[in-house]
Amino acid sequence: MSDNVEKYIKRKVYEKENSRIAQKFVDAGLEKIRSCINCGTCTGSCPSGRRTAYRTRSAIRKALTGDESVLQDIDIWLCTTCYYCYERCPRNIPVTDMIIKLRNIAVEEGYILDNHFNLADKIFYATGHGVPATGEDNKKWRDLRESYGLPPLPPTVHTHPEALKECQELMKSSGFRELMDNVAEKKKKAQEEAERQKEEVKDK
Amino acid sequence: MSDEKKWRYAFFLGCVAPNRYPMIESSIRAVFDHLGAEILEMEGASCCPAPGVFRAFHIPTWLVIAARNLTIAEELGVDVITGCNGCYGTLRDAWYELIHEPELKKMVNEHLAKVGRQFKGSIEPKHIVQAMYQDMGLDYLKGFVKHKFKDLKVAVHYGCHILKPSDKRPWGGAYENPTFLDEIVEITGAKSIDYKEKFMCCGAGGAVRTAVKEVAADFSREKLVNMREAGADIVIDCCPFCHLELDLGQFEANNYFKDIIGEPLNIPVIYLTQLLGLSFGIDPNELGLIKNHDLKGVSPFIPIDPFIEKVKEELL
Repeated sequence: MSDNVEKYIKRKVYEKENSRIAQKFVDAGLEKIRSCINCGTCTGSCPSGRRTAYRTRSAIRKALTGDESVLQDIDIWLCTTCYYCYERCPRNIPVTDMIIKLRNIAVEEGYILDNHFNLADKIFYATGHGVPATGEDNKKWRDLRESYGLPPLPPTVHTHPEALKECQELMKSSGFRELMDNVAEKKKKAQEEAERQKEEVKDK
Repeated sequence: MSDEKKWRYAFFLGCVAPNRYPMIESSIRAVFDHLGAEILEMEGASCCPAPGVFRAFHIPTWLVIAARNLTIAEELGVDVITGCNGCYGTLRDAWYELIHEPELKKMVNEHLAKVGRQFKGSIEPKHIVQAMYQDMGLDYLKGFVKHKFKDLKVAVHYGCHILKPSDKRPWGGAYENPTFLDEIVEITGAKSIDYKEKFMCCGAGGAVRTAVKEVAADFSREKLVNMREAGADIVIDCCPFCHLELDLGQFEANNYFKDIIGEPLNIPVIYLTQLLGLSFGIDPNELGLIKNHDLKGVSPFIPIDPFIEKVKEELL
């Protein structure tokens, strides 16, 4: 990379006033996107961008310049990870993987939709499945399995409690449990703050 | 020796097939058994975990849990097969990263050691389509065909993660216009028709269905309207999550987008091994094609009777 580009990037990313987020982008390996020439092939290939306001190029651009609004927008959660942008990028940037990394940083900062948080915290951590068949609500699915000659529950964590425990141990070890607890705390604070502001407006 | 199976695979179930579309699970079991492949159970396996959802929350956890699932197959000493593009994406990408990046492998194994496991990289994760097309081969499959469906027009839906990222897939880098799935479908005599945006995503992946169901349904609306315009009798797919989006999502799209769609969409969605099994002469009951219950609000959401009606005569 030439010195000029290096300087430009440094000015825009490393030495940006609010560089905490910018540094996180760099640490996550997002500096790969410095070779982006803003050609828009990613946006042009994106089936989600055709029907939503999600613009891949714009998300990548924001990440490159350390603009943390990219973490707060719902846009990066509208990528279906179809990988067309990844395949077609003329600069060989693994675009989809970069979006995934941006999402990781967003979650860490507490920006996660309630649906996603519940899926991670209440369903995946609790059952070991993303789509479980346990619990009273899911009885019809167990009955459906049986109607096709299968046992009511599959031979997965669903029928091996010790295996579920093992998964949960690994999720603690990898930092997932702590991450979810921190996110819950951040979400609670954000909600309290929103309510406080509402009260303030009322008082006035 | 006659009972000796030609192939042995560990069967990774995932979530959507066993827990929402069990007919997919039974049809894979029936077809692989019929083809002379032994299926070994992966006792205690979990969610893969889903590549666009849980990987998007925390990459290290995604990698560790995926590696744990792979170690179950390593203990069995055979390659893993999965019938789900999402599970395939996770298992294949995690496996690829772990065998190419020693640092990652070391990190993952430090976690796994705490539960007495170790990722070795001794087996390969495969899609059932990959196992059939590459391990068994088209000619071998053709030998099992008993019934040919002469008048059946099929809209083949590949989905995304069976093809991409192409550098981690076994198709020699092809992702724009592959034909392997069409070739398998056409051994049954059915015709794989062209339709607009054939290789477009179903819309469910990447946590989008969980985030905004209407966006996912808009993807499936576009695909299904294109399939209808091209005269498709049925959809054939090879991923339970695409299957859910094209079946349940079809039902949802009919509600959300009434004005655009006009006449409600009504295209039966059939999983690859259900069609193959029928052509091989396997009992439709074993393929989950015959309803034996009066449960409400269960899959399939779009009735498949028109498909059965269409092929009935050729099954006699």
